[in-house]
Amino acid sequence: MKIACTTTGNGLQSPVDPRFGRAQRLIIVDTDTDAFTVVDNAAGAAAAQGAGIQAAEAVVRAGAVALISGHIGPKAFRALRASGVKMYTTDAPTVEEAVKRFKAGSLTEAKSADVNGHW
Amino acid sequence: MIIAVASGKGGTGKTTVAVNLARSLAGPVHLFDCDVEEPNANLFLHGAVERTDEVTLPVPAVDAAKCNGCNECGRLCQYHAIASFGSQALVFSELCHGCGGCMLVCPRGAITETPRRIGVLETARSGDITIVTGRIDVGVAFAPPLIRAVKGRIGSGVTAILDAPPGTSCPVIATVTGADAVILVTEPTPFGLHDLTLAVETVRELGVPFGVVVNRVGMGDGRVHAYCAKEGIPVLLDIPDDRRIAEAYSSGRLLVEALPEYRTLFTGLWQAVGELAAKKGRATEVAR
Repeated sequence: MKIACTTTGNGLQSPVDPRFGRAQRLIIVDTDTDAFTVVDNAAGAAAAQGAGIQAAEAVVRAGAVALISGHIGPKAFRALRASGVKMYTTDAPTVEEAVKRFKAGSLTEAKSADVNGHW
Repeated sequence: MIIAVASGKGGTGKTTVAVNLARSLAGPVHLFDCDVEEPNANLFLHGAVERTDEVTLPVPAVDAAKCNGCNECGRLCQYHAIASFGSQALVFSELCHGCGGCMLVCPRGAITETPRRIGVLETARSGDITIVTGRIDVGVAFAPPLIRAVKGRIGSGVTAILDAPPGTSCPVIATVTGADAVILVTEPTPFGLHDLTLAVETVRELGVPFGVVVNRVGMGDGRVHAYCAKEGIPVLLDIPDDRRIAEAYSSGRLLVEALPEYRTLFTGLWQAVGELAAKKGRATEVAR
């Protein structure tokens, strides 16, 4: 299955971006093979409004069934919940570590937004 | 005649010019405070508010029984105010600009419009001056729809002064569009000059005749005047850098009332803007 993780870099060793809507990039990881693709989120990062919704669209378009980020805002939460994407927040330092925790089942599913918009 | 008072830089004296100009006209005048995020004209005119009207924006409501999640609405909306995520369309009404496009493109007729309050219009009267103030609600992120509602109150044939927000972005464009003349208020400082040049480019693009009022003349330097001379921009008025003007302002008094010797400055400004507005009339005739 495919999962999405926010990042400031370009690979599995890169840091997790604490922001979702204004994350620099999304990494889409296939948890069966560990193959990954990078999705640029520059448009969302620069958006005045609605960045979370735009990023949520990108997650859904990539076919990910789960999202890992540092935090998640209210609009993104509504959008991802409607699409059935499960959301996890983490303090993992790298994408690789976040994915490892996801696979081990040690991440807690977010049941609400944990930050306000434009935090 | 519709006169807009704008500026690039904030705090140059737009409201000072607008309210004193309003008070200096013999006869009825309407003043429209289009700086809806921080309206302040009535602080100087002390008009009693006679009525308050709510302003709403039409935002979409989705009929769950009809929506099949095709996302035609989401593809149209540039503001991500409505989108389907493989689900029924979700509405983020705080992002909606009220264009109605989603309703038009929905192939299943699942979208209707519902009003969302964005602010109020307050109408007040102070002598011959009718003041219409737009006041945006806290948390509403964009001003142009409310500014258009303020301007919707401009009756035909009235003399109208529009007090614009600072800057050169959408709220200023929304205010200045359709005016017969624009007064750009600046100060004789490098910052004032820099933002004046941005405002000049904006107003030129809109094709409205304009002139400059330089406030606090005596401080700063002569570069604003040199720039205006070079660009062929009329300087309509110099307001001197007089501490007593600031004192009157800080206690909510009008300059033309606290310091009657300055009255002629504003009667002269009426004359100058009248000539500018006539220029627009002539340009329109030529275009025909």
